[in-house]
Amino acid sequence: MLKTFTIGGIHPSENKLTGHEHIVNLPVPDAVTIPLSMHLGVPAKAVVEKGETIRTGQLIAKGNGFVSSHIHSSVSGKVLKIDKAIDASGYKHDSIFIQVEGDEWDETIDRSDELNHRCSLSQKDIIQKINAAGIVGMGGATFPSHVKLSLPRGKKARFLIINGVECEPFLTSDHALMLEKGEELMVGISILGKALNAEKTLVGIENNKPDAIENLKKIAGKYKNISIHALKVKYPQGGEKQLIQALIHREVPSGGLPVDVGTVVFNVGTAYAVYEAVQKNKPLFERIVTVTGKSLKKPSNFRVRIGTAVNELIEAAGGMPQDTGKIINGGPMMGKALSSTFVPVTKGTSGILILNDREARRKAVEPCIRCAKCVSVCPMGMEPYLLMALSEKQMFERLESDRVMDCIECGSCSYICPANRPLLDYIRLGKSSVGKIIRTRKK
Amino acid sequence: MNKFITVAPSPHIHSGKSVERLMYGVILALIPALVVSVFFYGIGAIAVTFISIVSCVLFELLIQKFILKTQVRISDGSALVTGMLLAFNLPSNLPWWIIIIGALVSIGIGKMTFGGLGNNPFNPALVGRVFLLLSFPVQMTSYPVPKGLSTPYISNIEGFTGPTPLGILKEGIKQGTPVSDLMKELPSYLDLFLGKLGGSMGEIAGAALILGLIFLLIRKIITWHIPVSIILSVYVFTGILHLTDPSQYADPLFHILTGGILLGAIFMATDYVTSPMTSPGMLVYGIGIGVITVLIRVFGAYPEGVSFAILIMNGFVPLINRYIKPRRFGEEVKNG
Amino acid sequence: MSMVILYTIISLSGLGTTAAIVLYFVAQKFKVKEDPRIDDVEGALPGANCGGCGFPGCRNFAEACVKSDDFEGLYCPVGGNDTMSAVAAILGRDAVEQDPRVAVLRCNGSCDARPRTNNYDGTATCAIASALYGGDTDCQYGCLGFGDCVEVCNFNALAMDFTSGLPVVNDINCTACGACVKACPKDLFELRKRAKKDRKIYVACRNEDKGGIAKKSCSVACIGCSKCFNVCPFEAITMNNNLAFIDADKCKLCRKCVLECPTNSIIEIGFPPRKEKVESTEKSNENEESKDTNSGEIIKNKEE
Repeated sequence: MLKTFTIGGIHPSENKLTGHEHIVNLPVPDAVTIPLSMHLGVPAKAVVEKGETIRTGQLIAKGNGFVSSHIHSSVSGKVLKIDKAIDASGYKHDSIFIQVEGDEWDETIDRSDELNHRCSLSQKDIIQKINAAGIVGMGGATFPSHVKLSLPRGKKARFLIINGVECEPFLTSDHALMLEKGEELMVGISILGKALNAEKTLVGIENNKPDAIENLKKIAGKYKNISIHALKVKYPQGGEKQLIQALIHREVPSGGLPVDVGTVVFNVGTAYAVYEAVQKNKPLFERIVTVTGKSLKKPSNFRVRIGTAVNELIEAAGGMPQDTGKIINGGPMMGKALSSTFVPVTKGTSGILILNDREARRKAVEPCIRCAKCVSVCPMGMEPYLLMALSEKQMFERLESDRVMDCIECGSCSYICPANRPLLDYIRLGKSSVGKIIRTRKK
Repeated sequence: MNKFITVAPSPHIHSGKSVERLMYGVILALIPALVVSVFFYGIGAIAVTFISIVSCVLFELLIQKFILKTQVRISDGSALVTGMLLAFNLPSNLPWWIIIIGALVSIGIGKMTFGGLGNNPFNPALVGRVFLLLSFPVQMTSYPVPKGLSTPYISNIEGFTGPTPLGILKEGIKQGTPVSDLMKELPSYLDLFLGKLGGSMGEIAGAALILGLIFLLIRKIITWHIPVSIILSVYVFTGILHLTDPSQYADPLFHILTGGILLGAIFMATDYVTSPMTSPGMLVYGIGIGVITVLIRVFGAYPEGVSFAILIMNGFVPLINRYIKPRRFGEEVKNG
Repeated sequence: MSMVILYTIISLSGLGTTAAIVLYFVAQKFKVKEDPRIDDVEGALPGANCGGCGFPGCRNFAEACVKSDDFEGLYCPVGGNDTMSAVAAILGRDAVEQDPRVAVLRCNGSCDARPRTNNYDGTATCAIASALYGGDTDCQYGCLGFGDCVEVCNFNALAMDFTSGLPVVNDINCTACGACVKACPKDLFELRKRAKKDRKIYVACRNEDKGGIAKKSCSVACIGCSKCFNVCPFEAITMNNNLAFIDADKCKLCRKCVLECPTNSIIEIGFPPRKEKVESTEKSNENEESKDTNSGEIIKNKEE
């Protein structure tokens, strides 16, 4: 019996078109636009000026506060300007524009391919190095990793959980990483385990990636306290709370954090970035991005420099198909639709998905037939039909007491609704309104 | 082709489920029972079903178009399902004009007055059925004798119409006959299961209905909670009664196979709009229906109680939805 | 037979009378004692329960008026000065007066001026679209056109003009209750003091992008060139973040800024056509034709 989470869940078609594609290095672009806010928390502050020459891996923006992250250049060249540029959110934010010249890396970076599996740094030094490298959660949440590793006083992490689930259909960047960089990944995982002083490390991988599971099981054999677990294929297994429940059978309490049940969760991409940062002195400036879609000529897994425009990735995958309907930053369940392809790839961009015209269009909304399918699929055990109705009527007190803030916005409810009701749209609206009320109350 | 990119909030894919597909799935699940009733009741069964379906769909079309002046939604199949279920609750020799009245009450009063699909608190087919039962009691309780039935109780009845096994049981008990004697005159369990008994069109074929249940469960159109809780609670309650006094109360298997228990548990009580929204709520609902059904059957004036039981529990559903909540994730604070 | 009817009438009448008497005494015993002035004040209020005063309904506003000592922070924008003086008379206080106000939409990005650049397929409400991204044009500050403001207006003062894609304010019906200000996620409505003959001059733009970018996304955007700021003799215009703003309290409606604006971003309403140079006549004629809402003519009424 494969482990899984017990409440709700759906089974969308997996569509892992790029599941067996090797990682291809996307050529360095002619220009990059690096937003100053690619992470949760306070945006970073630029430390370079217009006209300055910089090298790949050089620090170009400093984190501004505790919950913030440093940013390093992904290319070498000249700073064109520091100005507002449109990013994936559809709004304009401050970004650093760099004109690329060559590809000279910072000398402190170790560019060799040799596996370096010895780490004698102390817990504090590891966290310091992760902070200096600007590492954030690469599963999409982009929470600064050094903050996650700095546990609040009195809290201990017994378990380190590594998220190799990749439950979103179409996306395979984590899969490719686990197949091709398994050894390095394991070193990164053990470094994270050391940083947390965890007793046990569990890696969760969905059962639709048997080659990755086998590869990592073999490598994990060399380490004690790291175990690999195959999980049943069910969306959203990759959700932090669901993953914790499946692996250690504990439920993160409402309004709480994983550390409240003694665990911390990291994505495999983040663990790999930790290896590169701690063992190779390489800060975070490139990542694996899956470019996929049924109409694309060459769906692939690319290694991309941060700041590359999305349209360059689409060109490299065979060009924009004629029947493109939506261009999605992320997966089809939780990703954000882009309004333009001239937006940069950021630290949290795990995939670019092209949906064709037919797939992209929503069907007409019908009245609720009270079939309760939304209730049965909600992984948080909530009642989406009720939350939508309350949100429409702006009954915010009842929304808050019905714990709308627990919603993880996975989209299972909208996915399953036979009447095509926009459940998640209204629940998100309710969440933001209730969030505003809570914030003004705290002041 | 759109020359612009489309932008919308997530999620960007959909399961493909639609109201039509769910309704047509229910219709498919009813086909075996329809076949059995046509086999036993002949042309009458086809006529009643046809008239019921056509009038239900027609009334919905007319009301939506001319009275409510909203979008006409007959293609979603819900009126068709109401028509079929109404037919299954009627005897196959019911006059056509009574069927039409039933359809008008079902759709007009039971569904449209509340605002159409999704808004009605009571099961429309049952509203129609109970209305007809109370208004035309004689026509609604005289069932034709099915073909090929050769048990003794038929010879006791004059003419071509007769009561159901439950009716005979109730009359017999009132007159003081012990149950064991009555049972000898009623069809065997196998006959009951296969449909060789008098009753309304949908009541008779236990086997066909169970086939329908399996189909609905596989296609994930309904969940197991309501049918299982109704059948189990009827079984347990009648079992307890039977154990206390076997001469007064029939055994549980008899109760399950007769009357509308199977039809009610599988098709009527599981109607989306009028049943609870949460799994624990559905179990409470099912147990309520089972208990009330047995109470009416054993202690009440009517030989059959499923329709009333379901309607009564429909009334409780808003309360069940309000206070019986699903299991939440992270409800208890675990020790970290 | 007739005895039965007589007995029925007597017994039911008796029951009814008894019930009435019992109910009367119970109602008296459990009556909530309230200051009778609250009822009087409530009677003087418009009764729209619109929330414009900041209270959940007219009765709550009446209660607040009676309970407080003065009219600090208490004003009914719908009833205006007439209502407030009536309330003041009931309570025996001095009346407060406020200048009547009207709502103004600070965006003129119609479908012609601001071309669409993508296709929005989500739920058609401004709140949800705004939470997702900046809208289906290149201006992230402009009106989304789904009519959340029209939905929320209690006084039939807003209607969606489907040719321009923008809501239109009916000055006669508008009571400046503030519901549209709260409803608009882009913060486009401004409540400003009414001038005589309901004339208005305002910058119909909230675009804070630099001039070149703003102009590319909308042909009537404010590009922050400051020409209006330089020409205003009354210092009524302020420049902030590439955007001009006209203070209605300082503005004397001299119309100099309207002529100066290179993108026709400043709107003038309620003025007679100019008879000066040809170019300016054309410009102001254009503006007045497209924005003559003062006649109260609603192009498409909100469905009741």
